[in-house]
Amino acid sequence: MTLLSVRDVSKRFGGLQAVGGVSFDVARGSIKALIGPNGAGKTTLFNLISGVLPPDSGRILFDGTAVQGLQPFEIAALGMARTFQHIRLFPKMTVLENVMVGRHVHSRAGFLAGMLNLPFTWSEERRIRDRSFEILELLGIADSAQAEATSLAYGQQRVVELGRALACEPQLLLLDEPVAGLNMRETIDMGKRIAKVRDRGITVLLVEHDMSLVMNISDEVVVLCYGEKIAEDRPLAIQRNREVIRVYLGEVQ
Amino acid sequence: MHLDFFFQYLVAGVTYGTIYAIVAIGFNIIYNATGIINFAQGEFVMLGGMTAVTLSRFLPLPVAILGAVAVTTVIGAVIEITFIRWLHRPSVLRMIIITIGISILIRETALHVWGESVRALPYFTGSSVTSIHLGGVYISPQVLWVIGVSALAVAGLSAFFNYTLLGRQVRACSANRDAARLCGISVSNMVTLSFMLSAAIGALAGCVVCPITYIQYDSGTPLAIKGFTVAILGGLGNSVAAVAAGMILGVLESFSIWFLPAAYKEAISISLLLIILFVRPSGIFGSAEAARLKEF
Amino acid sequence: MKARILPVAAFAVFIVVIQLVTHLTDSTYHLTQLTMTAYYSLLIVGLCMLIGYAGQISLGHAGFFAIGGYLTAFLTTRDLSQQKGNFFVSMLSKSGVLVARPDLYGGDLLNVHPWLACAVAVIAAVVIAYLVGGPVLKLKGHYLAMATLGFGIIIYRIALGTGFLGAADGISDVPGFPLLSGLEITGKSSMRIPNYYLAWGLVILGMVLLLNLIHSRVGRALSSIHGAEDAADAVGIPTARYKLNVFVLSAVFAALAGVLLTHYNGGIGPSEASVMKSVRYVAIVAAGGMANLWGALSMSLVLNYLSLRGYFGTFDDAVFGAILILIMLFAPEGLLRRHLFGDLKRIFSGSSEEEAP
Repeated sequence: MTLLSVRDVSKRFGGLQAVGGVSFDVARGSIKALIGPNGAGKTTLFNLISGVLPPDSGRILFDGTAVQGLQPFEIAALGMARTFQHIRLFPKMTVLENVMVGRHVHSRAGFLAGMLNLPFTWSEERRIRDRSFEILELLGIADSAQAEATSLAYGQQRVVELGRALACEPQLLLLDEPVAGLNMRETIDMGKRIAKVRDRGITVLLVEHDMSLVMNISDEVVVLCYGEKIAEDRPLAIQRNREVIRVYLGEVQ
Repeated sequence: MHLDFFFQYLVAGVTYGTIYAIVAIGFNIIYNATGIINFAQGEFVMLGGMTAVTLSRFLPLPVAILGAVAVTTVIGAVIEITFIRWLHRPSVLRMIIITIGISILIRETALHVWGESVRALPYFTGSSVTSIHLGGVYISPQVLWVIGVSALAVAGLSAFFNYTLLGRQVRACSANRDAARLCGISVSNMVTLSFMLSAAIGALAGCVVCPITYIQYDSGTPLAIKGFTVAILGGLGNSVAAVAAGMILGVLESFSIWFLPAAYKEAISISLLLIILFVRPSGIFGSAEAARLKEF
Repeated sequence: MKARILPVAAFAVFIVVIQLVTHLTDSTYHLTQLTMTAYYSLLIVGLCMLIGYAGQISLGHAGFFAIGGYLTAFLTTRDLSQQKGNFFVSMLSKSGVLVARPDLYGGDLLNVHPWLACAVAVIAAVVIAYLVGGPVLKLKGHYLAMATLGFGIIIYRIALGTGFLGAADGISDVPGFPLLSGLEITGKSSMRIPNYYLAWGLVILGMVLLLNLIHSRVGRALSSIHGAEDAADAVGIPTARYKLNVFVLSAVFAALAGVLLTHYNGGIGPSEASVMKSVRYVAIVAAGGMANLWGALSMSLVLNYLSLRGYFGTFDDAVFGAILILIMLFAPEGLLRRHLFGDLKRIFSGSSEEEAP
């Protein structure tokens, strides 16, 4: 069952074709990795899928619904959550609050209800808080719940961002370089967390440079180069793919 | 409408347009060097005119004007050094509010120094009733002074930025601060220099236009807004476009009396500003991509 | 929640104390400026919400104040008695929303009832805020500041240049705003004390609503928009819509303040729409700590009162300009930082409950 279907998507920035006619599918319940040398267009592709940028052409189908051209918040409401390459936590808010914001699409108290402090908001707030706390416990960072999010160590911040995305209860989780800047042990821990996420039924699409993580946890790998897809296969097969090797390591004489 | 009326309006539009263009160029110089919009830009024009009037009481006119320009230039430098130089990567919001505060302080100081009275320099040549007959139209010689001096100023600046070492250093700063620093250019001094240049041409414009338009302590703010409108219309940072944009606004404003009561003349430039901001903030000649990339 | 009620109650007590002090020192006339200060504070706290929590600067908020004030002034002073034959006017008259009152010369005026005028004024402000806010809030940085500045100037020019709005003289002879059982919002000295409490009561109500909002799901969303707008988008928060809603909310506060103060003062002039007023309001919010409602309220109380009493003399505008510069140079987070108040509160209330910022 295909959850995400990227069909012939292209994006050009002035003279640069960042993404050119890329197509691939992501099967429900799987972990798919997007790799490629720097400048291959991976983050641009993410931005196209999550609605930050509209594609010049092509279609993106999420759970059967066409989402190209929709606003990011609309796509999020459909069940897609993402993390960012450079951590984008909310400063001046605690870890718990950061995750609570993730519950936004699953709650409904609006401006009027908030101002008048209507009774239904009391139980809703409690539910939001409890659920968010559960997520922190699941990820093992419940101890830092009241700490200001940006005061945490880099590795911990990445986990908080993951928690915030999980709070959205997404069907599809987009992870943009989830282990960038993490040391080996943190990388392994994050890999375990991502696997746990998949085991709970959430589909994962991730962009990564760290090959150990990619090869370890992905079910399938897509390789981009200069905005074009040059390979899509199981991890082991990708490792042996001539074109991929050439693109990463150069010509073998 | 009579053809002579048409030309009178046109001339008035071009005259004011020139001044707006000069203010816009002042904005652009500082913006290019620092990414800051200096809301106090209009006050430089006011200071130039008012100082010149005071100096002209006991100095011959050309000396008074030079003196006024010099004084305003120094004030520009002082402002930069006192308020701006030591800020470390200030946010856009902070800079906006600071320069607004500076413009208020300058205006209030001017109010207390010169009172509310309206001043004017004497006409450089001839008087308020002299007129030159040019191709069927009667133009005051002062208009020629405005256009002439402004053109010289713009040419001078252009030569400075393109052909002198100092000018190229300033341009280097606007292109890439850190790279400029690595080349041994003192960025903070270039910033001060840009403030001084802005102040100088603003003051010059103030001197040359006040015989026609008169000047008082609060003449600065409306000029700043119109200058900003022109700068945006031409594309922020693009001084050549600013000249064209200035003409457009000046003429538009001048002819607006045709279809709007005079009381709403100010509304023309504001409305134009809002339209540009909503429709195409990068201006007529600017590029949308570049506008987004320029670090605020 | 208890921690939220405490400062509100403390403030209410403070308001009562001030009134008693003026009573005991026989200086009740102070209450007039204090009442005016209250209405300005209503605008200020709404503006604080916009600048501090939604992160949008507005250099034209005096414009909304003027829209509220001028509309109500115009409707309640415009004599309709000559147009009784007009269909629209007679409809209004039949539905009982017109009011007859004597004018200065013993004749009879027919005006719109202040309640209807107030409703019209606030609705107009809402509509204009939605129309203007939509495109304006898409702008960033300098462009946003300039657009809001431009908006304020347009309102000012309209007020200054339009004949039936009184041009430079403004509109005067505005009647009081009647409430129930003989109470009226008016500057008459006989109603000084009730008016004082009415005004500050309204401010406290406004504070409660805004504090509730800040501590709600929407408040959290607003903080997140302010902190990292792209991330807020990514978790499903409709950022553009929320920013617009806060803009409209702050416009409502400003317009309401304009309506009620106009009835209190008995009139309004174009200076209420001027750029200097808008700048003043931003200066006060900045001084109080951009995202600190209590800070903004305290600063408003102090600075507006001093200004109204004339303590700044001819340097009035200069003072606010200087405040702006000093705050932005040295304390961009404001003098009363959010957490400072939170810390003080915690010390005094002795509770271990951690206040959500």
